[in-house]
Amino acid sequence: MHQFVEAFEFIGRNGAIDGQSGLPSLSHLALETLKVGAIGVAISIVIAVPVGVWLGHVHRGSFVAINLGNIGRALPSLAVLAIGDAFLGLGLTVVEVALVILAVPPIITNAYLGVDGVDRDLVDAARGMGMSEGEILRRVELPLAVPLIFAGIRTAAVFVISTTTIASLAGFSGTLGDPIANETSYHFSGVLGAAICVAALALVVEGVLTLVQRGLTPRGVRVERDVEIGMGAPAPGLT
Amino acid sequence: MSGYAATLAATGPVIPNFGAHSSKCVVENRFFCGDWVSRNWDSVLWPALRQHVMLTAIAVGIGFVISVALALAAHRYGWLERPTLLVTTILYTIPSLALFELLVAPVGANIYAAEIALVSYTLLILFRNILTGLREVPEEVLDAAEGMGMTRGQALLKVELPLALPAIVAGLRIAVVTIIALATIVYTIYDKGLGVPIHTALGEGPFKTELLVAGGLTVALALVADGLLVLLQRVLTPWTRARAT
Repeated sequence: MHQFVEAFEFIGRNGAIDGQSGLPSLSHLALETLKVGAIGVAISIVIAVPVGVWLGHVHRGSFVAINLGNIGRALPSLAVLAIGDAFLGLGLTVVEVALVILAVPPIITNAYLGVDGVDRDLVDAARGMGMSEGEILRRVELPLAVPLIFAGIRTAAVFVISTTTIASLAGFSGTLGDPIANETSYHFSGVLGAAICVAALALVVEGVLTLVQRGLTPRGVRVERDVEIGMGAPAPGLT
Repeated sequence: MSGYAATLAATGPVIPNFGAHSSKCVVENRFFCGDWVSRNWDSVLWPALRQHVMLTAIAVGIGFVISVALALAAHRYGWLERPTLLVTTILYTIPSLALFELLVAPVGANIYAAEIALVSYTLLILFRNILTGLREVPEEVLDAAEGMGMTRGQALLKVELPLALPAIVAGLRIAVVTIIALATIVYTIYDKGLGVPIHTALGEGPFKTELLVAGGLTVALALVADGLLVLLQRVLTPWTRARAT
């Protein structure tokens, strides 16, 4: 257990190692991880939410939307990053492309399921009240789908943090994965300390997004509606 | 000195370990070198693939047994669901690279640490699916089972579990595919699985052929395993085919 003590000392020193200068601080690495991840999630949201919502609104493409999530899960992030590395060279762009490839499927699947699953009677009632298709989408389907759409984004966010750290194994430096991939410089206490930070970061992001999701959910549907897992529905995905 | 550097630059990335037999394709690190694959299939790729299957099978097997027990307990005692979900969600949220290292400290860099981490990622998926499957069994069916004089245990074995099978297999499919992808990270603590050739290739340039083949094998393995589970479900639940959508 003394290894954990040393790891926490490493965290307490903010990542400084005796006799090694020029190593970035842990807080810097954590912020960089968040930054790289946030860019990936933002791009994925812009691409995936409209596609998923539209497919759900027209109730088409369930096979594509659901299986996309499953295929996304089968892609090992290390392999995606490594292949991007081999053909394009590993810069921020390639890492972001890999993040988007891995984060888009769960968001599309959840957005589709959220909108597709809105009670048809409600939509009929809205239509009967004279709402246009756009109004139905904006004022009925979207608010009701928010919990699931957001669950997909949450899944993608946690997933992206995980993959961003794995990028260090493929040679992309500047994230919290660096100490884990570089035991020679950081020793095992540094590896373990960074692992603790990565785990904490993922749990904090998950927790914060869960709270935001609760805040965004319309009060009327704030019954506990957990993300469905199974029957091809998305699980919070991680690789 | 400058002559040496010029030679290096002319030959491109250095690919060690292939001896004098390296083909021009390998030396130039072209897109895909079939000859390298056939030469290294028996010594590198096939063992890695076999280890990958074993890592996955053990993890999903153990995870399945634990999850069935947890789901049955939560099915009977409803209050168990929330704490189980909380713990399994936390385990599921911890990024794989971190979890493997966190386990190295208490367990050591060995197969146990690898399998504990992999098993912990199956629990949330399998537990939720099995529990959902059990809960979706219609009340009338259970009443009928009771009316036929079945005990609770008989009803569980002969009625509830068979009816929950589609949901259970759906969970197994997600778990297997997830673990196959995650097992590529195992190499960081335990030198087995398809992560090993990916790692080797990354250190060699990177060597494209090996990356493509090892990455491709991982995805292919996931797709094949998923297909086999679909077949298994068809065989086990012939009644669902009659009303398949």
